[in-house]
Amino acid sequence: MAKKTVKKKTEMNIKIETVGIIGAADDELIEISRSRLLSLNLLEMRKIAAHYKKKGRNPTDAELECLAQTWSEHCKHKVFNGIIDYSENGKKELIDNLFKLTIRKATETIRKKRGAKDWCVSVFEDNAGVVEFDDDWHFAFKVETHNHPSALDPYGGANTGIGGVIRDPLGTGLGATPIFNNNIFCFAPPDLPHDKVPKGILHPKRIFKGVVAGVRDYGNRMGIPTINGSLHFDMRYLGNPLVYCGTGGLIPVGKMEKQARKGDLIVAVGGKTGRDGIHGATFSSLELDHESETTSSGAVQIGNPIVEKKAMDVILQARKLDLYDCITDCGAGGFSSAVGEMGKDTGAELQLEKAPLKYGGLAPWEILLSEAQERMVLSVPPKNLAKFMKLCERENVEAVVIGKFTDTKRFVVKYEGRMVADLDMSFLHAGVPRYPRPAVWNTPKHSVPKVPAPANLTARLEKVLSIYNVASKEWVARQYDHEVQGASVLKPFVGADNDGPSDAAVIAPVLGSPRAIVVSNGIAIRYGDIDPYWMAASAIDEAVRNAVAVGADIDRIAILDNFCWGNPDKPDRLGDLVRASRACFDVAVTYGTPFISGKDSFYNEFAVEGDTIAIPSTLLISAAGIITDARKVVSMDFKSAGNLVYALGVTYDELGGSQYYQTLGHIGNDVPKLNAREAKKMYKALGAAIKKGLVRACHDASDGGLAVALAECAFAGALGARIDARLLPRDKNVKTDESLLFSESNSRFIVEVEAGKEDEFAARFKGLPCAKIGEVTDKKRLVVVGLKGKPVVDADIRKLKAAWQSTLAW
Amino acid sequence: MKDVKVIVLRTAGTNCDKETVFAFELAGAKADLVHINEISRGEKKLDRYQILAIPGGFSYGDDISAGRVLAVEMMNKISAQVDKFVADGKLVIGICNGFQVLVKTGLLPGFNAGEAGSGAAKQSVTLFDNDSGKFDCRWVHLNPVEGNVCVFTQGIETPIYLPIAHGEGKLIFDNEKTRDKLRAAKQGVFKYSDAAGKPGPYPINPNGSEDDLAGICNATGRVFGLMPHPERHVLSTQHPRWTRGEASERGDGFAIFRNAVAFASMEL
Repeated sequence: MAKKTVKKKTEMNIKIETVGIIGAADDELIEISRSRLLSLNLLEMRKIAAHYKKKGRNPTDAELECLAQTWSEHCKHKVFNGIIDYSENGKKELIDNLFKLTIRKATETIRKKRGAKDWCVSVFEDNAGVVEFDDDWHFAFKVETHNHPSALDPYGGANTGIGGVIRDPLGTGLGATPIFNNNIFCFAPPDLPHDKVPKGILHPKRIFKGVVAGVRDYGNRMGIPTINGSLHFDMRYLGNPLVYCGTGGLIPVGKMEKQARKGDLIVAVGGKTGRDGIHGATFSSLELDHESETTSSGAVQIGNPIVEKKAMDVILQARKLDLYDCITDCGAGGFSSAVGEMGKDTGAELQLEKAPLKYGGLAPWEILLSEAQERMVLSVPPKNLAKFMKLCERENVEAVVIGKFTDTKRFVVKYEGRMVADLDMSFLHAGVPRYPRPAVWNTPKHSVPKVPAPANLTARLEKVLSIYNVASKEWVARQYDHEVQGASVLKPFVGADNDGPSDAAVIAPVLGSPRAIVVSNGIAIRYGDIDPYWMAASAIDEAVRNAVAVGADIDRIAILDNFCWGNPDKPDRLGDLVRASRACFDVAVTYGTPFISGKDSFYNEFAVEGDTIAIPSTLLISAAGIITDARKVVSMDFKSAGNLVYALGVTYDELGGSQYYQTLGHIGNDVPKLNAREAKKMYKALGAAIKKGLVRACHDASDGGLAVALAECAFAGALGARIDARLLPRDKNVKTDESLLFSESNSRFIVEVEAGKEDEFAARFKGLPCAKIGEVTDKKRLVVVGLKGKPVVDADIRKLKAAWQSTLAW
Repeated sequence: MKDVKVIVLRTAGTNCDKETVFAFELAGAKADLVHINEISRGEKKLDRYQILAIPGGFSYGDDISAGRVLAVEMMNKISAQVDKFVADGKLVIGICNGFQVLVKTGLLPGFNAGEAGSGAAKQSVTLFDNDSGKFDCRWVHLNPVEGNVCVFTQGIETPIYLPIAHGEGKLIFDNEKTRDKLRAAKQGVFKYSDAAGKPGPYPINPNGSEDDLAGICNATGRVFGLMPHPERHVLSTQHPRWTRGEASERGDGFAIFRNAVAFASMEL
């Protein structure tokens, strides 16, 4: 292991520039922001100019960069926390701080209601959300996105996406031990003809394969199991693929408190600093275009998982020995952000020349802002320094003192004694101006199929099973190590041949203890084309019902929100955000599932020929439930012939946004809605039934409706089923078999109950929509009798499985 | 029973270490997690232990090739201690990356093990990129080779079920002679098979290993390496189909740790 630090040739390289913004005209201010890739608008530039005018000097390049990064959308969430001038179907209102009024308020409301029984530990404060796990451990969870970098460099972008989010729990409290990763991707269809791919965009199949490889190589090398995920396909992700990466971790009870103290040393641990990943934070506030690859590739970081693994190993040992007061990761904004935030309440002084570099030639501002990977910043009391350094040295981990925390409330940065930056913490963190942005949402009208469906729906079921959104993702999941750490209880693929789609993953992370974590996700992209409110409601319901399906207790589920949106300066995109956020509040409060962490990523648009390709407004909900006994969970595969099949939940005529309509080229208007109050009653009843051992298999009905859910239960169990669809609980408006079988109404499950236990099972669902609809058979055929009393689906389960598996069998 | 002490060796990029410690402790041993630098600096000594485990992971990122750098370190930084450990007849198990390390040090197949001056030797077997060309995490059946000399697997007579998670697991011999020698000496321990013990193509043999070999031992049977992960199947809920009632109280991998600890307790 080479340990040599590159010698800096100071005279040659140290260039601290002063930027003349005092008295600059508006167009000059805009040009400064544009040419330096600051992503600051005129209002923000003016505010900075006014601040420096009062100080009587111009800012240095580093100060301007530091402000741009701290004030970036990526770090400050200006849109979500800002003022919105909203119009919905012509009705106007002013919204001051959407985030506070919806997401944050939901959590506050739930916590207040729970009172002494509140199990949230730290929400929206630290690098990850934290809830109670058991007497010894808390559980931390964070999901991030790395969309812009993955568009330019799929492997590197995804690689550092997962590398970055692992450092979030590691930098939460005094450090959480990572115990799982999850990841969710959205791509354009991988079979898109090459001539349909605009200039400057990589082919979606290349992005797909590169992203999977990037996540695989980093996650596997870190020794963290990737246990849950999903993939979604839509043409509008062509220019901006979405790469969500999440990490959960365990943190010892009593190690949450963190505070850098005056006199503590600032220690950089792990990777060296290089020119990779400069402007990552500000770059994420730009729309992409065909020149992005040239102008912004430097914003993509370069990952090295082993450097991170080593750093993690020593940090977790130092945590045990109480060697530091505070820790955070170097993510967006690099040292500038990490030290700036740790020293927010005290003050900090950095000596940049001490930072270990990958190579010489970096200007001081570049060292300050670089987002080079695998770096953690710790605040170490001087008395512990020798011990800490020895620990690092023994494991070949580079650790260097690069400054100290002060009590000046200033962020002072020097390079060999020369001033690089001298910022007021208060202006840096609270100076960003707020202004209203227009937002609008109007109910759209979409087409519906005009030709009636054929009497036999078997071929249509096979078609739905085979489309990218529904088809098996086993090709992806098997490239991730989902077993490492030995905690696996319910794997991504389950059933007689280990190849049926599990609704959620379950791990029992403290080996030998049955206490477990259920991890699931929900996303409902196409519903947003009809109404982002019901899209968000459905995403929460899907995440929660996936967790409930395996045995999670709805009273112990925490959720995370990740909004990926287009350009919020365009009123319709922002209108979607308002609708979606309101559903988040309504549903989370009714379910009692608090948001504990989240993230937003805007500007996911790609400029092409005078227009842009904007992604559909996409909300990912990740859910984590704590359960007391892993041995009680159930999988989704049918277990034995002769057992009974039940349906829970009402089917409505809700084909809008469905996968079924997608196969027919339509969106439709009847979007799945949600009655959260009723659903919660059922989730509680189902949870109790599972705990009692009354459920042999349970699968949620989602993409592809009941038809797909039944097919999956059957072929995963290598068993058939005979179902009478006339017995399904349904709304009076459901008049066709296609609506009955392919509607994606929320809050529904298929449940297998052992013969002889049906009374005991059914008794638990009195007054709730629950019906016996058939039985499991050993015939290896799925037969569904339709409304007219004749089979509308009659298929060999092996054929259905082949249709589901062959699409992504690369 | 005498207390058995296990050293689980760790370095940059090691993972699977904690579950390996857990498996040994479940089997009644006391296991220490030790960084290789602690041994090379004399802070910890190998001869305090009866069993050496080299766990899975990506030691040094598997740069150059899987396990190569750690193998070089073992042969240079701590070779005297390792050679003595093996010569003393103590037990060594390499799992996944640890197996890759053992073949690259030449400790496996270790045809001359037990004879004077044996120890790290010229490499004659390697673990190469899977035929599938990709990292693969799945469960496999392992049929024990009849009459094999491995002390870790005594009493295992029917196929066992364990997960693999690797990209470089295809066992290849340098030539036919090595293969014949290994066969004759009964040093093949496990072969990839179906549930009934029959060999077959992918995914039954998940990486294209020659002779379907998943694990081999040295001539004394006391140094053992395998690609699948026994430490990931010691509890019933680790079985992929425990919800279908197919698991027993202890996972199939547990026997390997129990055997090792029992042997060490009686003989070492």
